Amino acid sequence: FAGLADVSISEDIPVEGEITVPVGSHSPDEDYSTLDEPVRETIMRDLKAVGKKFVHVMYPKKSSALLRDWDLWGPLVLCVSLALMLQGGSADSKEDGGPQFAEVFVIIWFGAVVITLNSKLLGGTISFFQSLCVLGYCVLPLTVAMLVCRLVLLAGSGTVSFIIRLIVVVAMFGWSTLASTAFLADSQPPNRKALVVYPIFLFYFVISWMILTFTPQ
Amino acid sequence: RWGRAGGGGSGGRAEPSGRRRCLAPAQGGGSAVIDMENMDDTSGSSFEDMGEMHQRMKEEEEEEEGEAGAAEEEDGEFLGMKGLRGQLGRQVADQMWQVGKRQASRAFSLYANIDILRPYFDVEPVQVRARLLESMIPVKMINFPQKIAGELYGPLMLVFTLVAILLHGMKTSDTIIREGTLMGTAIGTCFGYWLGVSSFIYFLAYLCNAQITMVQMLSLLGYGLFGHCITLFVTYNIHFHSLFYIFWLGVGGLSTLRMVAVLVSRTVGHTQRLILCGTLAALHMLFLLYLHFAYHKVVEGILDTLEGPNMPPFQRVARDIPVVSNAVLNTTAKAIALTL
Repeated sequence: FAGLADVSISEDIPVEGEITVPVGSHSPDEDYSTLDEPVRETIMRDLKAVGKKFVHVMYPKKSSALLRDWDLWGPLVLCVSLALMLQGGSADSKEDGGPQFAEVFVIIWFGAVVITLNSKLLGGTISFFQSLCVLGYCVLPLTVAMLVCRLVLLAGSGTVSFIIRLIVVVAMFGWSTLASTAFLADSQPPNRKALVVYPIFLFYFVISWMILTFTPQ
Repeated sequence: RWGRAGGGGSGGRAEPSGRRRCLAPAQGGGSAVIDMENMDDTSGSSFEDMGEMHQRMKEEEEEEEGEAGAAEEEDGEFLGMKGLRGQLGRQVADQMWQVGKRQASRAFSLYANIDILRPYFDVEPVQVRARLLESMIPVKMINFPQKIAGELYGPLMLVFTLVAILLHGMKTSDTIIREGTLMGTAIGTCFGYWLGVSSFIYFLAYLCNAQITMVQMLSLLGYGLFGHCITLFVTYNIHFHSLFYIFWLGVGGLSTLRMVAVLVSRTVGHTQRLILCGTLAALHMLFLLYLHFAYHKVVEGILDTLEGPNMPPFQRVARDIPVVSNAVLNTTAKAIALTL
């Protein structure tokens, strides 16, 4: 160790270098902690995100906003409202009120999971929750159809109302299928689009069928 | 340890106190109780002896634990009873971490297992359509083993389609399921049939030495449900018994014949072929019959009662009792009015 005796760092030479790691992006969220903002702002931000996605569903353009920032608030709200509106729609309403809600809930979520697994197994590039998000949001036209059906049924339940309901439900079913296909089919290899579209078609068909055969007590 | 030497009915029981005692035989039968402390024979031990043995084993365990604890505490200081509890706490936390890690890795490997199913979904739409049409055409060559595609996409979609059709049938027949949901029943029926009958026929195929794998059996039976789908789709909407029977024999029969032919081509021996194919044919046709009649529209039944006084029994099951009895009353009143 004799050679190291004359190695010394003089205190006059300053030590230079960068200690702090430069932060690349300065997004507004990281400038301040979101704990300090008022609750209204937090809720409004989430509501705006959900509302923007609703708009994307109603006018399906090929934008990736729905896919990039997925969230499951919208699907939950839609699923619960649809299940509530479909409740009590059979002969023995006091007996079937409970299972009706659970039925719709389970159908929507179980069906969405199955479709997602199917599209992943067929070689899709979309992630699990992104797919769930898209399928859930595309239930919006059918929820609107359910609302319209309920209003029409308030007016009367004859043949004319059935025809009106049929037209509305079929139109909304087509809209739902097209909207979800626009988002999901892009993630598949081009010659297998039909294989992914068919389960989506079946899924929305079952929901539309439940809406169409709904008769209030 | 206590041991008993000698037999005889007179076994005077040894007193539990003390371990190193030799008791003289109490009666003249000749059973001597010998203290054999190091003998491991506990077959003749009395209840108290067992208790004593357990006590001794527990003490030994505690000694070992204490030694282990002491060995671990050699690094740290001796903390007494508190240290022992701390050790236990740390061991418990460690165990929980291990269990959690194991569960997480198991869950991850389950998720990754989806990739195991990936090759079975590797199909083109053209292939699916071709296989659907082929499932209705019975093959003629049964001396040469027919090729079965081990694919699961088509069968899975067919099962879901059957579920949707069944749901439609249940709704139009106003079936009321009390202890459950319509959807649950439909899914349970269809998936139960597909998976259960496939497994059963696979088991029979194993017994009858047929050359078929489980995936191939699932695929075969799944595509055989195409005939069921068509039949039920038509007959749930157009309700004529005769139409249903024509479809049952025609469409159902064709798809059953195809499955039977494929199985026959892969089995050797007449008895085996008969068992396997007879079972499959029976189950397949009976399932279609069941699906039709279980969710039959009651309007059909009322139409039938106008012709004859006795009502077919199946309709009664699927419907509410008061509505059925009202309908029967109405129709009998009408019939009586007509005859008068």
